[in-house]
Amino acid sequence: MDKFHLFPPEASASAHQVDWLYFGLTAMLIFFCAVVFVPVIFFCIRYRRESTADRSNPPEGNNLLECGWTLFPLLVGLGFFVWGAALYYHIERPPRNALQVQVVAKQWMWKLQHAEGKKEINELHVPLGRNVELTMASQDVIHSFFIPAFRVKQDVVPGKYTTEWFHPTKLGEFHLFCAEYCGTNHSKMIGRVVVMEPADYARWLTTGETGRSVAFEGRRLFHEKGCSGCHVGSSVVHAPPLEGLYGKQVPLASGEIVTADDQYIRDSILLPGKQISAGYANVMPSFTGHITEAEIMQIIAYLKSTGNQPQEKN
Amino acid sequence: MMEADSATAIVIRTSGEMAPVSYLSCDHSVRSWLLTTDHKRIAILYLWTLVLFFAIGSVAAAVMRLELLTPQGDLVTSETYNKLFTIHGTVMVWFFLIPSIPTVLGNFLLPMMLGARDVAFPKLNLLSWYLFICGGALALWSLIHGGVDTGWTFYTPYSTTYANSHVISMAAGIFVAGFSSILTGLNFIVTTHKMRAPGLTWFRLPIFVWSLYATSLILVLATPVLAITLALMSVERLWGIGIFDPKLGGDPVLFQHLFWFYSHPAVYVMILPGMGVITELITCFSRKRLFGYAWVACSSMAIAILGFLVWGHHLFVSSQSIYAGMVFSILSFIVAVPSGIKVFNWTATLYKGSITFQTPMLYALGFIGLFTIGGLTGLFLASLAVDVHVTDTYFIVAHFHYIMVGGMVMAFMGGLHFWWPKITGRLYPEFLGKMAAIITFIGFNLTFFPQFLMGYLGMPRRYHAYPPEFQVFHVLSTAGASILGVGYLLPLLYFLWSLKHGRAAGPNPWRATGLEWQTDSPPPKHNFRQTPVVTGPPYQYRAEEDEDLRIANI
Repeated sequence: MDKFHLFPPEASASAHQVDWLYFGLTAMLIFFCAVVFVPVIFFCIRYRRESTADRSNPPEGNNLLECGWTLFPLLVGLGFFVWGAALYYHIERPPRNALQVQVVAKQWMWKLQHAEGKKEINELHVPLGRNVELTMASQDVIHSFFIPAFRVKQDVVPGKYTTEWFHPTKLGEFHLFCAEYCGTNHSKMIGRVVVMEPADYARWLTTGETGRSVAFEGRRLFHEKGCSGCHVGSSVVHAPPLEGLYGKQVPLASGEIVTADDQYIRDSILLPGKQISAGYANVMPSFTGHITEAEIMQIIAYLKSTGNQPQEKN
Repeated sequence: MMEADSATAIVIRTSGEMAPVSYLSCDHSVRSWLLTTDHKRIAILYLWTLVLFFAIGSVAAAVMRLELLTPQGDLVTSETYNKLFTIHGTVMVWFFLIPSIPTVLGNFLLPMMLGARDVAFPKLNLLSWYLFICGGALALWSLIHGGVDTGWTFYTPYSTTYANSHVISMAAGIFVAGFSSILTGLNFIVTTHKMRAPGLTWFRLPIFVWSLYATSLILVLATPVLAITLALMSVERLWGIGIFDPKLGGDPVLFQHLFWFYSHPAVYVMILPGMGVITELITCFSRKRLFGYAWVACSSMAIAILGFLVWGHHLFVSSQSIYAGMVFSILSFIVAVPSGIKVFNWTATLYKGSITFQTPMLYALGFIGLFTIGGLTGLFLASLAVDVHVTDTYFIVAHFHYIMVGGMVMAFMGGLHFWWPKITGRLYPEFLGKMAAIITFIGFNLTFFPQFLMGYLGMPRRYHAYPPEFQVFHVLSTAGASILGVGYLLPLLYFLWSLKHGRAAGPNPWRATGLEWQTDSPPPKHNFRQTPVVTGPPYQYRAEEDEDLRIANI
């Protein structure tokens, strides 16, 4: 990890593709530099004052030439736009069936929890050859989860969830950096990503303090925090039942229809008045200050597990 | 050297008339300087102020580069390091780069290039300088009382809720200095519209005037947005009114949209005037009319307009919608085109020229090289998937320093050398000037080129300590910075020396064609003895006419 390189290791499926785009852009840079620097140097030599080169009939402009050097760079640029945008679309949209890891960022550490329950700090262990998706939240300021060897980076923004995914293709240890300035110890908010053989990863998940699965913890919290007092079918309080809700369309009192995703559930816990389900009164108290980002993520995982998604093992 | 026999302007000089007293020697009292409304004296006031701020920003950079010699953060604490890059960023952006060419060269030259006695609102011009001083004083106050550690970008909620430093006074300083920008922009726009000499139509204007005009439009339209943004940030920080902090119901990414809606156009404020200067230098030292005048003039305006539509390219990994990212990406590729047009036209201008390599020309050629690399690496960042990897790394740091230092500061130095004889009436030592230009070019590349490489390797910016594998690049960069420092100190010394000991310049040492060269050096208080009348397009240079000089030289 700490050896000198001129080029970063390519350790994910998209790293290779990003590098090709980078090489393409570098070729473009060299091409346009040549187009400018070669004539500049040539003219500076040929038309230095001491030379007796022919200077008769100097041109004052040429609209054809102007159109040429307007349109050609524009077309080249649009080509690179399409290339970069297509790859970005691929990098930014997580695939289905990815392993889920939850990340909570705070000044100045990364707290991570695997779906199976294993927790780690400033380290991320992942299996080789599997898609891994991170769901990230920040407890304070903006951070950014950056793994140079995977060519991925995503800001972790307080107040919302962001996601990042990758497909590791190389065993080894790689840098994890916080890339968005977050205060005094920003440069100490670093760690490592360890890519392991899937069998080793499975063994690693069960060693040490493993705890219960995230969804199991979520179910415990769902009762402990009092959610179940209102949000189950048998409750006397008129509140929307939440089992199986995840991923469904929810009509709101405002007439809008939203999808019950991570962000919706998070907002409903912390800012219950923001989006009221149609047919219900705004009676729920906010849990701001009574629940941590990690706990909310566990409850979301639990609600997810009660839906159509395959039941996760406890 | 000989005077130009230019067809651009006819300045009637009555023989036997006493030469009017120059703007420098008409009154030597301090009061006459502090209460002056003469655009030329105000330019000098700005020059001294900017030298001071440039020195502060440079010292901060120097300490940072020393710290980064070793991977461990061992020279200063993390807190100090964070304050250093904040000082460097805020001071260099708002108190040096944005005002640099417009307030010094722009103030001095705009009325002279237009054939006018002064700007449209001379008192407002002086007020602009005082506002700038007040803003600068507030910024210095916050530095002396412990500094600010938010970075020059003031990202929320760090700046509003978590930073434990003098954010408000710094923001107030920038807020006040912003009014100086707005008033200067307003002054320049009105001056360009209303004060042109008889016969000086829009398409006879020097490109420097076009670029100042485009810059002024940005200053007037964008700076208020910065003022609003900083005000909202202060309201949240002072009274906890939720705007950006999600704990108070705000949206932290909204701040980034507002901030970059100003700060991206501001990047063009930091480069457009430089492009104007370069056009003046290339034409003069190749003795050629500008190739494709209308294209170069209109590309300034295109940059000013398109520059307002690309702010979201700073937010590709911020959680902004990926579709918004695509729109901002394509617009960012498009905004590069007018800059390319300028570079190609400068290149074509050299064709069939009669080129000499005095100091200003060396800076201009250096500008073309560095700006081209800076601009093309900008396309790496416009390209979405690559930006995800390199944003917030040293790749970004290298890219914008190629534009701002390699571009704007090179242009500023080139322009300062070019017009120094006009401003002071004295010539600087040419050999030392050439040395400084070459040292600056070498030092700059050694400082910033390694940063591209370590940026792609993944070295994040704003890191006080870093993994040891990056050390080689940091050592190269620090070595380059010390050479760069020599390149800046040298001109400071010989410019000061030349004030007393430089040879008298005469009205037009470069045989240049602009109206400013048709009057004495230093110019009289009211610039021209009589209002010039313009009868033709600018840059009436004729390379063929250098034939006699060639023979004389051989």
